[in-house]
Amino acid sequence: MTPPTHSNKLTAKQRMAIERAKMPERDAAERSRSFEEVNLGLDEAAAVREAQRCLQCKNRKCVEGCPVRVDIPEFLAKAAEGDFAAAAEILKRDNYLPGICGRVCPQEIQCELECVRGAKGEAVAIGHLERFVADWSSRQADADQPQPPRSGFKVGIVGSGPGGLTAAGELARIGHEVVVFEALHAPGGVLRYGIPEFRLPKAILDQEVARLEKLGVRIECDVVVGKTITLDEIRREFDACFIANGAGLPVFLDVDGEDFNGVYSANEFLTRVNLMGAYLDRPDGTPIIRGRNVVVVGGGNTAMDGVRTARRLGAERAMIYYRRTEAEMPARNEEIEHAKEEGIEFHLLAAPLEILGTDDGWVRAIRMQKMALGEPDDSGRRRPVPIPGSEETVECDVVVVAVGVRANPLLTAAAPELKLNKWGYIEADETGQTSLPGVFAGGDIVRGGATVILAMGDGKRAAAAIDRYLREGG
Amino acid sequence: MFEVLSNAELAAGVHRLVVSAPRVAKARKAGQFVIVRKEDGAERIPLTIADADARAGTITLIVQAVGASTRAIVATPPGGHLRDVVGPLGEPTRLEKWGKVACIGGGVGTAVLFPLAKALAEAGNEVYVAIGAATADLVILADELSAFAEEVYLATEDGSGGRKGLVTAILADMLAGKLPRPDAVFAVGPVGMMEAVAGMTRPDKIPTIVSLNPIMIDGTGMCGGCRVRIGGERKFACVDGPEFDGHLVDFAGLKQRLAMYRPQERRSDEQCRLDASAGPAAKERGE
Repeated sequence: MTPPTHSNKLTAKQRMAIERAKMPERDAAERSRSFEEVNLGLDEAAAVREAQRCLQCKNRKCVEGCPVRVDIPEFLAKAAEGDFAAAAEILKRDNYLPGICGRVCPQEIQCELECVRGAKGEAVAIGHLERFVADWSSRQADADQPQPPRSGFKVGIVGSGPGGLTAAGELARIGHEVVVFEALHAPGGVLRYGIPEFRLPKAILDQEVARLEKLGVRIECDVVVGKTITLDEIRREFDACFIANGAGLPVFLDVDGEDFNGVYSANEFLTRVNLMGAYLDRPDGTPIIRGRNVVVVGGGNTAMDGVRTARRLGAERAMIYYRRTEAEMPARNEEIEHAKEEGIEFHLLAAPLEILGTDDGWVRAIRMQKMALGEPDDSGRRRPVPIPGSEETVECDVVVVAVGVRANPLLTAAAPELKLNKWGYIEADETGQTSLPGVFAGGDIVRGGATVILAMGDGKRAAAAIDRYLREGG
Repeated sequence: MFEVLSNAELAAGVHRLVVSAPRVAKARKAGQFVIVRKEDGAERIPLTIADADARAGTITLIVQAVGASTRAIVATPPGGHLRDVVGPLGEPTRLEKWGKVACIGGGVGTAVLFPLAKALAEAGNEVYVAIGAATADLVILADELSAFAEEVYLATEDGSGGRKGLVTAILADMLAGKLPRPDAVFAVGPVGMMEAVAGMTRPDKIPTIVSLNPIMIDGTGMCGGCRVRIGGERKFACVDGPEFDGHLVDFAGLKQRLAMYRPQERRSDEQCRLDASAGPAAKERGE
């Protein structure tokens, strides 16, 4: 039974009969040595068919699963008709960075988790369709967006990561003047320095940034708030401010040997490769140690990005060591699957005890302790407990530590009146309102290490709250 | 883009650039640095802010051309631009009234020393400067330092200027009382020199501050690449430093980490058909 293409007049039975589209991928062997994007994107026919799988439920549970509340059934209905322009318009109404979300969101625990089709089979591939529609739209000649009437208000945003860019887009399109301050030399925050090219091509990020700039958003790079300018100065110059500068301080293992050459924080390892282009091997560019045997400690998306990057830099053995089991890994399913296909070794229930080095200061091995899962801890995940006498020594020449981040105190140290929690994160309510009037915050600097989409959700909610604050005269 | 307003060669390959960077000029305090990228694709190079004029909106950088990145920076003519200048980064010099302060500069480290010495003098200290260099034509800023220092002593390895030998010999005379004995010592230069200075002042517990320049990328504490051990504790030179108590610095660990990219630097050097004996970035760090 072949449903008619480019029409959305299907019966539920016809919709149910369509199988979930499979994302075309670059060959695993080829891509494990290349920084080209892994996912190749659905073609038009596949996208239409996939969108037709949506049952257009009255009770839109998928929308509730989305941190930025995209009108998912509506955009899928347009995609199912082949009207991608209309689909894109609906999508962009709620999501300023759809090309990015379609690539990096953990849909399986958000919109797709709520999709009723998942109950008896596979959820609609909402993420793949989001990506398709965003990419389709970016290939079209940009219709000149009408500039909204100016509100006369100025908003300063700290950080050009997903939270800052989202807030910037939301505020600019309702007429507020927006300036974004970025500490690094290029915009994007974690989208630039953290997420690798093979998962999120920088060209996509550049497109989304260009779209915001066209809307009137000004991004000023090379401004470290807390150093170059202070929060006070921003408050004097702007009518309101949104702080989304990320967590941005690496956590180390605090085991012996962590300063040996070849031991990196995931932040440093990924920044060298992503922001500085170390993988391009420019003679005068930023260098990186290309390990033959690389151990990455951790189980989140950053760990997956690190280990897959190490593999692409030429590692024969690229190994994940994680102290719990795969079920507890915070990484997206797709990243774990892709990593396995690329020959990444997964060593679970093992925690580092000590890093061993050569006489001249280079890492040569890491000593691991086997763990077992005990009772659940505060996070609800079962706590790993060491198994005595189970130590093993793993030879390696590069170690990447990807066990999380802490709050970077650079901004907050220069703004003592801003209320922080005991871990140094900024205290903010659900709208992002901080202890200071007109100052809002969101993303990792409020939540601790979280995800791109949660930061975007914060940016969106804060933008709405900032708009209210400005119009109601704060 | 940051405009270069003037560019003068102070010694062979050592340039003084005055750069328009109004926000940095306004916020900057002695001891802080900027990270400079000449153009897209270039490395991020940390450089001490030698001086600043908040009213004119300018900062002064003293740059030794040793690697490709620094060569590109010093080759920028007046009216030309640096793609990125970000800062001021790091903690400012802790200015106290010590009394007599010895400021020991080694090689291009003298450029880092200059703003500290100036600020110390302005804070009411008697500043005695000792500059060490390989040869007399590599001595920089002696006249500028004389403007506020009580004395400027010189040592060159080949004897072409001042005393023949290492700058630490001057410090030895200071500690022995043959020259004014310092109440505090500030030392900036190659790691070996700073280690030697700290070793000399340790027995008498003379407060000794050194300024470290480990390998660094973002300069905001984000990457942890610049970590150093200070009294056994992990510190990030970019946000906790760059100045630290010289008696607590793990110099061996610092040297080891500075050698991390030497193989790559050597390769890059060979590609540039330059002297392959030491890496350009290593030299940029004043080793």
